[in-house]
Amino acid sequence: MSKLDYKVLVGLEIHVQLYTRTKMFCGCALGFAEEPNSRVCPVCLGMPGSLPVMNKQAVEYSILAGLALNCQIAGFTKWDRKSYYYPDLPKNYQISQYDLPLALNGNIEISLADGSLKKIRIRRAHLEEDAGKNLHTAGNFSQVDLNRAGTPLLEIVTEPDMESAAEVRALAEELQRIVRYLGVSEADMQKGHMRFEPNVNLIITRAGQQFKTPIVEVKNLNSFRALENSINYEIERQLERFLETGETMEMGNKSTRGWDDAKEVTVLQREKEEAHDYRYFPDPDLVPVQPDEKWLIAIKNQLCELPLKRCLRYIKEYGLSDYDAGVLTETRATADFFEEAVKCNGDAKRICNLITQTGLKIANEKGCKVSELGIPPLQLAVLAQMVKEGLISATASVTVFEKMTQSKSTPQQIAESLNLLQKSDAGELEGIIDEVLKNNQQAVEDFKSGGKKSGKARGFLLGQVMQKTKGTANPKVAGEILDRKLSQ
Amino acid sequence: MDFLSAKQLRDRIKNRQVSSVEATKAVFERIAKIEPIVGAFISTFEEQAIQKAADVDKRIAAGQKMGQLAGVPVAVKDNMCTTFGTTTCASKILANFHAPYNATVVEKLLAADAVIVGKTNLDEFAMGSSTENSGLKRTVNPWDTTRVPGGSSGGSTAAVAAGLCYAALGSDTGGSIRQPASLCGVVGLKPTYGRVSRYGLVAYGSSLDQIGPITQTVEDCALMLSVIAGHDPADSTSVDEKTAPVADFLAQLDEPVKGLKIGIAPTLNAGADEQVRKSIDEALKIYKNSGASLIEIDMPHFDYAIAAYYMVATAEASSNLARYDGVHYGYRTPNPGDYIEVYTKSRAEGFGEEVKRRIMLGTYALSSGYYDAYYLKALKVRNLIRGDFVKAFDKCDCIMMPVSPTTAFKIGEKTDDPLKMYLSDIYTIAANLAGIPGISIPCGFDDKNLPIGLQILSPAFGEEKLLRIANMYEKQTTWHKKRPTLNE
Repeated sequence: MSKLDYKVLVGLEIHVQLYTRTKMFCGCALGFAEEPNSRVCPVCLGMPGSLPVMNKQAVEYSILAGLALNCQIAGFTKWDRKSYYYPDLPKNYQISQYDLPLALNGNIEISLADGSLKKIRIRRAHLEEDAGKNLHTAGNFSQVDLNRAGTPLLEIVTEPDMESAAEVRALAEELQRIVRYLGVSEADMQKGHMRFEPNVNLIITRAGQQFKTPIVEVKNLNSFRALENSINYEIERQLERFLETGETMEMGNKSTRGWDDAKEVTVLQREKEEAHDYRYFPDPDLVPVQPDEKWLIAIKNQLCELPLKRCLRYIKEYGLSDYDAGVLTETRATADFFEEAVKCNGDAKRICNLITQTGLKIANEKGCKVSELGIPPLQLAVLAQMVKEGLISATASVTVFEKMTQSKSTPQQIAESLNLLQKSDAGELEGIIDEVLKNNQQAVEDFKSGGKKSGKARGFLLGQVMQKTKGTANPKVAGEILDRKLSQ
Repeated sequence: MDFLSAKQLRDRIKNRQVSSVEATKAVFERIAKIEPIVGAFISTFEEQAIQKAADVDKRIAAGQKMGQLAGVPVAVKDNMCTTFGTTTCASKILANFHAPYNATVVEKLLAADAVIVGKTNLDEFAMGSSTENSGLKRTVNPWDTTRVPGGSSGGSTAAVAAGLCYAALGSDTGGSIRQPASLCGVVGLKPTYGRVSRYGLVAYGSSLDQIGPITQTVEDCALMLSVIAGHDPADSTSVDEKTAPVADFLAQLDEPVKGLKIGIAPTLNAGADEQVRKSIDEALKIYKNSGASLIEIDMPHFDYAIAAYYMVATAEASSNLARYDGVHYGYRTPNPGDYIEVYTKSRAEGFGEEVKRRIMLGTYALSSGYYDAYYLKALKVRNLIRGDFVKAFDKCDCIMMPVSPTTAFKIGEKTDDPLKMYLSDIYTIAANLAGIPGISIPCGFDDKNLPIGLQILSPAFGEEKLLRIANMYEKQTTWHKKRPTLNE
């Protein structure tokens, strides 16, 4: 098989479940894994005579996300009914937005593995209600759970600007961070808060001619891993299929395939894009939305520095590594906590180390955010400063950090009470070192003999000093004194 | 039965000249005697009604402040949801449907201390002009039991005309309050779209549907409207109090409108039967004699109203009625082969012919490729008709014309010819398309002793003045006091 020259094209349809208190058009609370049909009312059940009332918070969240994705926000937007029959859709139409979406023509910047940045264009973002769930676990019949029916979803559609599975994953993760930063979604993929449906095809160049493979829409992707793997699988599959059949893209040969997570393959679900006629028309039960300047400004004020921008700033401003900056900016709470500590005149690098090496681990064990460990940013800055000044060792700082989550004492008080303050007092250390040298003549001689034994002997002597001081000697200061005395 | 008006009865009940229990029992005695002839009700609630009446009497005796309809027996069209009894819409598909909530208007009636005696018959899902499309019951015209009561609120108008209740609620999508009111010789008001909450009114054409009172007198109509009007947060299309404050429609009712300018369109009226035209002319004379002036107006797009209506109403209906599918509630076909058959057979068996016809019409109008030619064009016509009214109301306070081109027609006379039936609404439909209020008041009888109605239309939210204008006429005439003689 000769190697083909090809380019991958992926566009995404993303459904983001908004983190509102109640559903899109009624007062039912949003829930997850509740008893089936316990979060329902006449409106989300589509009972005769019931009417939808728009959830303003959902619209605000959508506008906020639209602004963060650099979209134009529509001055006039409306609700449309999308008609299709399915048992999980109580009214047999979904309230959505058809020709006048809330947000248009934006972009999202992603960071690629080589450190470069790429802009992926956003075609549109609109708001709609979710359907319920059909359950097929009861034997000879199906059951319908409508708890999810009416949940607000923001549907984001990108242009086919992604050229690899890695880029798709980068976009997905970036979007997850963004909506979490904005607080508009919990964006938990396992819970279905974010659902990605990639449209994948290839442009293959053979003998100077270009061929486009039929577009495949992939469904059932419940993790970033599945998203990435399914696209890599599709690339291979489409290449092979092209070689076998030479089939290219035409009207109506778009197909839908489902990802089988266990077998790691995509499986054909619908051969041909059915000529769906959703009979869209404006929902007469709802009034159009016309965001005015005042409202938009109020929403704009809720915008924050987005994760990627923040990450790049940390690298530039604080000299952090790409990795550290990435870890700190992964969640807004961690980044905010970091910056507050830095603002208290703290040492950025050491604060970063404390958070990334100790804080996140403890927070993870406790199942909370770093900012929720009960450590005031100021005290974290103090702890970092103590490490910087050599008052305590890096090892001891872990212990102090842990204790700080349990008590209200300052890091100094904790270090003192645990006897972790390093001895940097030259006078006191000199006496101890003199005593160590006196009691270990052999090692002193080994050191002076030079060669291989010398380094080993120095390490042994320093170890004796640490032992005598129960680890509280500042290793830097002790080492300097030791070296001075040995060279005398 | 002494044929008191609702307001007269209320005052007597409040003054303890008569008890609500006595009045309610009298109504049920009459129902027992007359209802088998008229067939106005789909369900009645004797026990519950007498209980409520007793409660009202008790509270009056205790000197409590009572609602505006204290102890008055009223009826509700069976397309408004009630937690008691069934809400059938006169359809087999909802024959056993028990609503889990009360429509806002039902809540308002109950809060006003009305006694609900029953739910009245209608054309299935309010689609029709004779109540012959009821899937559950036949209602006849109390003035001639071989004739139709009009429709779709024929049960409510027949009940009021036959003295089976003191007042009733109907719904009007294209004339469904005014036309049967005219054919039964009672007062019927379609309020401005947005004046009365639609929450709990089973939708037919959502952008046209409006609930309104059917009463013996204009005064009762004002009283009922005062009870049911007002903003409802559960209905996004109900107008807020700032835009359209709910007046006390009774306060100024007896004040004649000075310098009243009545718009007339003689060319339109020419389409009505001679006897109808004559009665309208007589009515106009009475207004002229009390100082009103007649102004000829031009309604250039009136002729297109029926065509536009049957696009808009059926398109909305096709979507509104999609939910009756046998999945969640209502009629389900026995032994379906698969879930598609649950849909197709339940709907084929559950809906009547006219409902199916309109669903098909509406589905077609919304189909891709036809949307612009039908639905969108109908919306444009709708705007033109709205514009015609705006222009006309620059020159006049109200417009007067017939309600129906004919008096009550024979049962079965038009059932084979839907188009002929649709033409019964030629004078009423435009008000729904424009969203303006219209009232039908009795203005005479033809040579067969069948009632004739005068229609008065006014600008949006002009109900207060509209009722005053209607009252001017009613106070000078006695048509509204005439009663049909049934086999009593």
